[in-house]
Amino acid sequence: MPTPQPPHEDVVHSETFLRSLMRRQLSLSISCAAAFLIALIAMPLINYFNPAFMATRVAGFTLTWLILGVLFFPFVWIISGIFIKRSIALEDDEVKTVQAGRKL
Amino acid sequence: MSALSLPFAFLGGVDPWIFTFAFVTVAMTIWMGFRSAKSSKTASDFFVAGRSVSVGWNASAISGEYLSAASFMGIAGMVMSSGYDALWYPVCYACGYLFLLLFIAGPLRRFGAYTIPDFAEGRYDSPLFRKIAVCFVLFIGFFYTMPQMKGAGTTLAYIFPGMPYWGGVLLVGAVITLNVALGGMKGITLVQAVQYWIKLFAISVPIFVLLSVYGFYGTHLQANHVNPAAAPAAIVGEADNSRATEAAAEVGRKPLVEKAPADTSWVSPFGPLTTKAAKAAGLTAEQTKPYSLLYTYSLIMALVCGTAGLPHILVRFYTNPDGAAAKRTTMWVMILIGVFYVFPPVFGVIGRNLMPELYSGVGAKGTDKVVLELPTLLSAKYGVLGSILSGITCAGAFAAFMSTFSGLLVSMTGALAHDVYGRMIKPTATAEERMRMFKWCAILVGGISVVLGAFVENLEIAFMVGQAFAIAAASYFPLLFMSVWWRGMTMKGAATGMLVGGLSSLVAAALTNVSTLALDKGPMGKIFGGFAPLNTYWSHHPLLRTLCDQPAIWAVPLAIVLMVVVSKATASDVPGDVRMKMLVLHAPEKLGLKQEYIQEHAAGPGH
Repeated sequence: MPTPQPPHEDVVHSETFLRSLMRRQLSLSISCAAAFLIALIAMPLINYFNPAFMATRVAGFTLTWLILGVLFFPFVWIISGIFIKRSIALEDDEVKTVQAGRKL
Repeated sequence: MSALSLPFAFLGGVDPWIFTFAFVTVAMTIWMGFRSAKSSKTASDFFVAGRSVSVGWNASAISGEYLSAASFMGIAGMVMSSGYDALWYPVCYACGYLFLLLFIAGPLRRFGAYTIPDFAEGRYDSPLFRKIAVCFVLFIGFFYTMPQMKGAGTTLAYIFPGMPYWGGVLLVGAVITLNVALGGMKGITLVQAVQYWIKLFAISVPIFVLLSVYGFYGTHLQANHVNPAAAPAAIVGEADNSRATEAAAEVGRKPLVEKAPADTSWVSPFGPLTTKAAKAAGLTAEQTKPYSLLYTYSLIMALVCGTAGLPHILVRFYTNPDGAAAKRTTMWVMILIGVFYVFPPVFGVIGRNLMPELYSGVGAKGTDKVVLELPTLLSAKYGVLGSILSGITCAGAFAAFMSTFSGLLVSMTGALAHDVYGRMIKPTATAEERMRMFKWCAILVGGISVVLGAFVENLEIAFMVGQAFAIAAASYFPLLFMSVWWRGMTMKGAATGMLVGGLSSLVAAALTNVSTLALDKGPMGKIFGGFAPLNTYWSHHPLLRTLCDQPAIWAVPLAIVLMVVVSKATASDVPGDVRMKMLVLHAPEKLGLKQEYIQEHAAGPGH
């Protein structure tokens, strides 16, 4: 089956498309990363500046142990779940944009 | 003892249950390897499992490969010996995956290449860069192999009390090498997937039984007093400490041995793990804290970025049929490993209360074996149940180091056979020659791993893994991240950043390793005795020691800065079709740009 060689002037190969593609993907990735980096950076800081609060006992756990040893994992799942849903939607949207552009 | 019975001396004192479970796991691994060896026929089967592994299988296989001896035994041992700070290991192992998902997994899959060296060459059109990348695959691989080998030696020395440490390393190395040589990547995908479930079962079931017998996770933690003098706030008061005493009585806590860290430093952040350097320098508690904070951040950075750069994990993304599947796979991996990682620290916590004698042991007899030994406590109350559960955790440990080691072996062997032999030494090799070479390379890499593994008995498993991660974090992670997101990168920039970052981490890590080994009282101390003066130097420069111990915090930014600076300086070398490459990396696969790229490139030497 011969594959049609698309012309290189269409939407897909334009500079604007690549820029918007990368920017949209990167901003999605960065906003998800920020949510988790803030948590990751904040934990040692809170431990450092307010050890007494983090030593509060919750059902025997110290608060900081409970967060790091147990609660952190579901938190990561939530972020990755959101990211996957959005990035698949983003890809579909990009495909639509390109196809609309090709029809013109 | 007569010379005749000597070879079998190690069989004395073997618990039949433990032996049975361990044996069944090994036998199953070999059987599955042989079975799938029959269906691994083509070169593609050997290198990337024919690229068509379903999401469920692949997620289990990645998790199986990822949960190494460090995760299975090392984390528990480290939580027991260092307390709270060791919790960063499981958390960051899991979080690193998120990074991989957010920034690297999708684009890499769309670009489509067998291995990282393939990517390095394809992205920069440079065969030279491929060679550099191959060297790093082997480098990081061997560093990560050593702790797996220690796990093997420790476990076998536990099962067969008379067996020397190196014997276990040799035995396990030989079994896995055989398996990989026979089945290649496709052979181990099935094995890895099954082994994830063995590991999860083996870590969780004994925990549930132990907790139901000896009290809840929280109660065990509560048994650790927090000294009000060290945490000077109103919250920690008399009431808390009386509850701690109650809890200690409830779980039947045994008195701590001399070598165990005190309750407060163990259960609170910035404990023994992060304060080594400052302690050696004789600083006060207040002076120590900034070093601890620095160490913690550097550790986090090494683990998170390192996960995103481990070559044997990355290669598995290529076994997904498409990019969306690669993303769904990562989601499942995250859930699978997250569930797993809740359990190992529990072993450490219970072990501290109920098996404090492990603190006195060193090497293969120390806290690293708490996962294996703890279930035997039940023998006192419930007879054979203790042995059965201990047998189950032994089986899990076997699954752990066998699956990770086989994954490493496949990626390192792949690098040797596919890249070094197939592209550099003999590009004209036929498919059959390459397959034969794959087998020989497996044996070579397996042999080197065994020798290296025999040397590291005195280093903690999780610590060694941390260092392997630090090297990966400063070399592969910046390379992948920058190559995917910045089109101005040149080959020279990428190579400079990766080499300087990776090698400086390696040197820094090696310096701390040899100075630790120099303190050893056994044969290692003699070999590395020359490095003993380094410890005196460290004690005067705690900041330097912290930075060498955990190099990621300076090495990762250094690598990225070098990449940017050198790339800017050699901007004329940016590949001419970089826009097309970027499109292939980022455009949805449905647009079919990959096909177009291959056609355009058909004339060139690359992919």
